[in-house]
Amino acid sequence: MKKVYQLETVSCPSCIAKIEGVLNKLSGVESAEVLFNSSRVNVYFDEEKTSSNKIVETITKLGYVVLSEK
Amino acid sequence: MVFLSKKQIGMVSTVLMIVTFILYRIEGYNYISITLMLIITLIAGFNVFKKAFSALRYKIVSIDALVTIAVIGAIFIGEYWEAAAVVYLFMIGDYLESKTIEKTRNSIELLLHQQPSTARKIEDGKYVIVDAEEIQVGEHVVVFSGEKIPVDGTIIKGSASINQASINGESLPQDVYENDFVYATSVVESGYVVIVTVKEVDDTMFSRIIKLVEEAQDKKAKRQKLLERFSQYYTPAVILLAIIMVLVTKDINLSLTLLVIACPGALVISTPVSIVAGIGNGAKHGVLFKGGETVESLNKVDVVAFDKTGTLTIGKPKVMDYVSFSEVDALYLAAVGESYSQHPIALAIIEYANKTYPTIKQADDTEIFHGKGLRFEYEGSSYFLGNERLMKENNISLTKVEEKLHYYQKRKSSVVLLSDHQEILGLFAIEDQVREDSKQLIEQLKRRGIKTVMLTGDNHAIASAIATELNIDEIHSQLLPQDKADVIEKLQQKSVVAMVGDGVNDALALTIADVGIAMGQVGSDVAMESADVVLVNDDVSKISYALSLSKAIVKNMNINIIFAMIVVSFLLMGVIVKTVNLSLGMLVHELSVLLVIIHATTLLRFNVRSKV
Repeated sequence: MKKVYQLETVSCPSCIAKIEGVLNKLSGVESAEVLFNSSRVNVYFDEEKTSSNKIVETITKLGYVVLSEK
Repeated sequence: MVFLSKKQIGMVSTVLMIVTFILYRIEGYNYISITLMLIITLIAGFNVFKKAFSALRYKIVSIDALVTIAVIGAIFIGEYWEAAAVVYLFMIGDYLESKTIEKTRNSIELLLHQQPSTARKIEDGKYVIVDAEEIQVGEHVVVFSGEKIPVDGTIIKGSASINQASINGESLPQDVYENDFVYATSVVESGYVVIVTVKEVDDTMFSRIIKLVEEAQDKKAKRQKLLERFSQYYTPAVILLAIIMVLVTKDINLSLTLLVIACPGALVISTPVSIVAGIGNGAKHGVLFKGGETVESLNKVDVVAFDKTGTLTIGKPKVMDYVSFSEVDALYLAAVGESYSQHPIALAIIEYANKTYPTIKQADDTEIFHGKGLRFEYEGSSYFLGNERLMKENNISLTKVEEKLHYYQKRKSSVVLLSDHQEILGLFAIEDQVREDSKQLIEQLKRRGIKTVMLTGDNHAIASAIATELNIDEIHSQLLPQDKADVIEKLQQKSVVAMVGDGVNDALALTIADVGIAMGQVGSDVAMESADVVLVNDDVSKISYALSLSKAIVKNMNINIIFAMIVVSFLLMGVIVKTVNLSLGMLVHELSVLLVIIHATTLLRFNVRSKV
């Protein structure tokens, strides 16, 4: 399934690589893409292997605030 | 520092940096200055170190990790000042960059917050304030002066002077009256209106614009994709170089400096900031780009193809001339005759007559002759209403209208004649009007050396009349939707082609063209979906603006890229020949990122009036 997470303003270009890198290594995540200008993360994942909570937790642990998801 | 905001961290460390710098200059390293430097490193670096470790846990070496390694390394070799300086510059640079980036996103942010959250609904004659999202189609909403219209609707009562800048970028207020259509987010500057809602909040013109812009800002330009691929190799390569350097030369300082410049920040950021600032500027002026690549293609366009009806012309026929030849009121009679018809020409006559007669009676009986017109009965008399052929077939003399008829036939306008069973009573000339700004646009395109082409389903006579009026280079008439697409494909063999259209029949051509440009208001949803650029206000002259803006954006990106490339290569060389040390490396790196962003913000102020 696909989920979109709205983060607090992402401003450093290196954050993109970091968030994408970490999420893409997470088991169950098929693909993750950070949209720099809108500060959003698009994640495609397998619900049976991981959960939206786990993804939010991971992003938060990296030091980015997740404002909303849909 | 959990208890300090980014701004506070910045201020505290700046003060400490100044004090420490003075102390260091006078006394050199001593216990006090070293302690202060370590404190700065901790305060300024707390968030950096935290992020570095959290990413390392997932086996990702981020820029924060590189800086952390550099700082630890510097402390290890006794370069306390360098350690403090590097982390301070990194932190402050990051802070300033995010502030400036917010500015580039500002015009889009502002756009997002235009939608009013509540609406004043009329329920059983009372005003009730409700969530704008709850408003459904067909409800009555009242909007007072100073408020924003919550959803698209038609005015049923009141009149007002409204500002629709959020929709079309036009800041002059417009007067609206009963039966006028108004858009959500328009501001009522004076007066008040009651509207009957036509769209729900999620479906308004404004919401559609927002959705497009939101999606557009992250659709990457080709240049951006290329740079991202480059930086994917650049960073590991520099880290590898740093490792080799430390093994071969044992020069830790040099290797640490390499780590600091390993992230090509300015390069990665050079295109997205230009795109977001440029797209934001466009949105403010009623031009929606659907992404970075669109901007790049539009910049290269050398042929613009236009659909005729609804694009170059208004798409709604109007009575241009009316002549009466008798005592009876031909205008009223003609409107009576057309009262049952839904044909665009009939509607044009009725609309024209409505200006004099707000209410028009219906004909008692109507007989239709396809392709010719009709005969109708009204108050005991019988009349013919139709074209020249209808009159000839019924032996009505055309002598007195001959001259007019000839004139309008030459102009290719439709002529409708009214007669009783003996003679002509009146004549109506009906034309689809060329948009005021079409002519100006074609001229501007010519001045840019862009070839103009007209594609239309209409017959050749009408098409060439309009093409001549507008001075269009090439005409293709009597086209089916597939034919339009074929013409575009043929043009594409030699040129980069933009197609401008509004209808469902243009959708295919809009998709196939290098850049599809759709009219937002008269345009169908399909046309908007298929297009790459949407002109919100149907203002074709904005095509010229879009072209200028796309050129400005591409130029801005190119300058940014070249600048970033130069900085990266100078830094790399500077480090290797040892003229750039740790803190200078960081300073140049952060400054270059900041400069690139500031340069992009100049696009926010781009205005075509000063350029053409």
